[in-house]
Amino acid sequence: MNILNKRYIYFALSLLIIVPGLIVLGVKAAQNNLPLSIDFTGGSLLEVQFEAGAAPQPAQVLALYENFGTRDAQVQTTDSGSILIRSTFMDEPTRDQVITAMKSQFGGEVTVLRFDSVGPSIGKQVTSRAAMAVGIAALAILIYITLAFRRVEHAFRLGLCAIIAMVHDVVIVFSLVAIGSLLFGWEIDALFLTALLTVIGFSVQDKIVVFDRIRENSNVLRRLEFEKMVNHSIVQTLQRSINTQLMTVEFLLLALALFGGVTLREFAVVLLVGLLSGTYSSIFIASPMLVVWENREWRTWFRHPERSQA
Amino acid sequence: MFKNQYTRLIIILFMSALAMWIDASNTLKVTNPINGELVMQRSVSPRLGLDLQGGLQVLLEADLPANTAVDPDALSVARTIIENRTNALGVSENVIQVAGDRRIVGEFPGLEDSEAVLTILQRTGLLEFVDMGNNPPPVGTVIETDFGLAAPEETATPTAAPDVTTAPGTTPEAAAQPETPPAPIYPTVMTGSDLKTVEVGADEFRNYEIRFTLTDKGRQIFADYSTTHQGQFLGIVLDKEVISTPRIETPITEGAGRITGKFTAEEANALAIQLRYGSLPVPLKIVETRIIGPTLGEDSLQKSLIAGMAGMIIVILFMTLYYRLPGIVAAISILFYAAIAFAIFKYFHFTLTLPGIAGFMLSTGAALDANILIFERLKEELRSGRTLAQAVEQGWTRAWSSIRDSNIAAIITSAILFWFGSTFGATIVKGFSLTLAIGVIVSLFTAIFVTRTLLALVLQWFKPKNYARWFGI
Repeated sequence: MNILNKRYIYFALSLLIIVPGLIVLGVKAAQNNLPLSIDFTGGSLLEVQFEAGAAPQPAQVLALYENFGTRDAQVQTTDSGSILIRSTFMDEPTRDQVITAMKSQFGGEVTVLRFDSVGPSIGKQVTSRAAMAVGIAALAILIYITLAFRRVEHAFRLGLCAIIAMVHDVVIVFSLVAIGSLLFGWEIDALFLTALLTVIGFSVQDKIVVFDRIRENSNVLRRLEFEKMVNHSIVQTLQRSINTQLMTVEFLLLALALFGGVTLREFAVVLLVGLLSGTYSSIFIASPMLVVWENREWRTWFRHPERSQA
Repeated sequence: MFKNQYTRLIIILFMSALAMWIDASNTLKVTNPINGELVMQRSVSPRLGLDLQGGLQVLLEADLPANTAVDPDALSVARTIIENRTNALGVSENVIQVAGDRRIVGEFPGLEDSEAVLTILQRTGLLEFVDMGNNPPPVGTVIETDFGLAAPEETATPTAAPDVTTAPGTTPEAAAQPETPPAPIYPTVMTGSDLKTVEVGADEFRNYEIRFTLTDKGRQIFADYSTTHQGQFLGIVLDKEVISTPRIETPITEGAGRITGKFTAEEANALAIQLRYGSLPVPLKIVETRIIGPTLGEDSLQKSLIAGMAGMIIVILFMTLYYRLPGIVAAISILFYAAIAFAIFKYFHFTLTLPGIAGFMLSTGAALDANILIFERLKEELRSGRTLAQAVEQGWTRAWSSIRDSNIAAIITSAILFWFGSTFGATIVKGFSLTLAIGVIVSLFTAIFVTRTLLALVLQWFKPKNYARWFGI
């Protein structure tokens, strides 16, 4: 089985998924409308459930909020019939007044399902810490791989290829959320960040398993051409990758995404896609890149129209 | 480690028994069989996170300029005070933790009425007895005193205008004095830290009041002051807000007094709690509140647990069908893993959250991954014509480096996540990273210790001839 000879096709395939998502994110960023949750931006989120039939129209809720001096509220009706209102930061007394006003204006019992309120300063700090966490994670892993493979030739190269493939997975996840935000109103929140860092951890785990086989084979199969040796290593670990990823982790996460509560759905889907991408990128991105690097293929990228020298 | 397979088996059996005991019980109780003395008692009832049972989470931040360092000791004292205050309110199972270097996170599971807690949390609760000379400012005024530099936390207008009687010998007097000079700085005579006991009482007309006694030091200060300042006004000031201004008629030497006013029972109670546990050494402000209704949580817990079970069953079926004999062994060791991990969570009082369940499932995946790596290796070795014993040995030694290296990466990211979660009191992130890390570590143990021992033992008793049937190659 020759996996590596189609390597540029895999690169193109990944770009095909990444580019639309990045465009969506870019457009949203340009509109200053990134799907960031109040965890990062600060603000309030109120989810209330009205008695059957008593749910007000979004415009009515907006008007009510404006009475309390909150102009840019966003109202959304969920699948379960509750109403989700996002607004600027609102303190506890104001919330109580809003609930009281809702009860008197729209009638019936009003149940608060959720109320999150994050001060603007804390949101900023969370954002910078989050960026720092992702950065430190990437750095720690680069150092770790370099150390773990220190007896192999080009340990740093392995580390860098793993990191690039990891960045690939991160971008795929962002791309997914960008598309999810368009279709289902998904948001980037603290839980998303958790999923993202988990994807990073497990993505690297996958790369290490493949690279570890390369490390072993590079001693045993010294006479084999580098590309063939890498290909051989991938084939040898393929069964494990498929079984671990598809059969076990993905099954567990799929169960969670399908049957788990609404709260976990976005989290489970992000993990599902992220981990899948992690496995994909160890086989189809990280390892082919090692070959590209070893062969210094960039020298021929712009000279020959056909690149198949493998 | 423990070369003898049977020794290993006994250890495994012992550990599973211990784990199952913890998993099945709510309280661990060990009594000495000879004299029936209680040796150990520990509650291991599972603690559900706010996302599962609903409740309130509050993040408090030191209300100081961003570039001022917060004394960690002061923050820890503030934490204890807040814990005492909320415990006194009768809120059970609350968790108050210092988060990072300038924040405190409080969790109140199952809490419905959040207002009372929120009020009591952020009040600094600094009580001062202030020398007001002959012209006291009106009740409700926010004044400056010469005590400390802590800014007032909140200056809400009081619902009642209380006045005070310092028993006996003073007459309440709260007349407004329009000639008060602009923002004078009043000298503080003493603070709430000189109070010895604080109680809520009511007179025959059901008017609630705060009764207090003073420490020896406080009594001395008060006696001296009231002797030298007869006929002048004493200001009782809470968080820089005047709550009453009685006039000193005669020297007060017995070291006791009352604060009276039109308090409701709740207000009197809240005030007494603040005074009893002292004032916060750091002013705090609420920067984040999260309220989760109980219905949302219940629904999610059941669904996620069902999802978890379903996932487990599918995975066990897959392992047995695909890997045959080793698969069955792996399935047993996965159950062992689940029992051990759950026992650890319970024993150390980890809060069970939804992302925590996801983290547990992911680490189950890691446990399976270790098994799969080993079994794939085992099959490879069998295919290349080694004997069964050799193949089993080689499978483990060769797969080990991958298993170790790959899991360390997961542990590194968990550690970073944990750090991130702790600084912001994001207990959900923390819970996830902790369950993931513990799960990964336990999964390493089960793969190299349990699966290996069990498989070796099974192969000793039962020597399969048909590899294709028993190992699926």
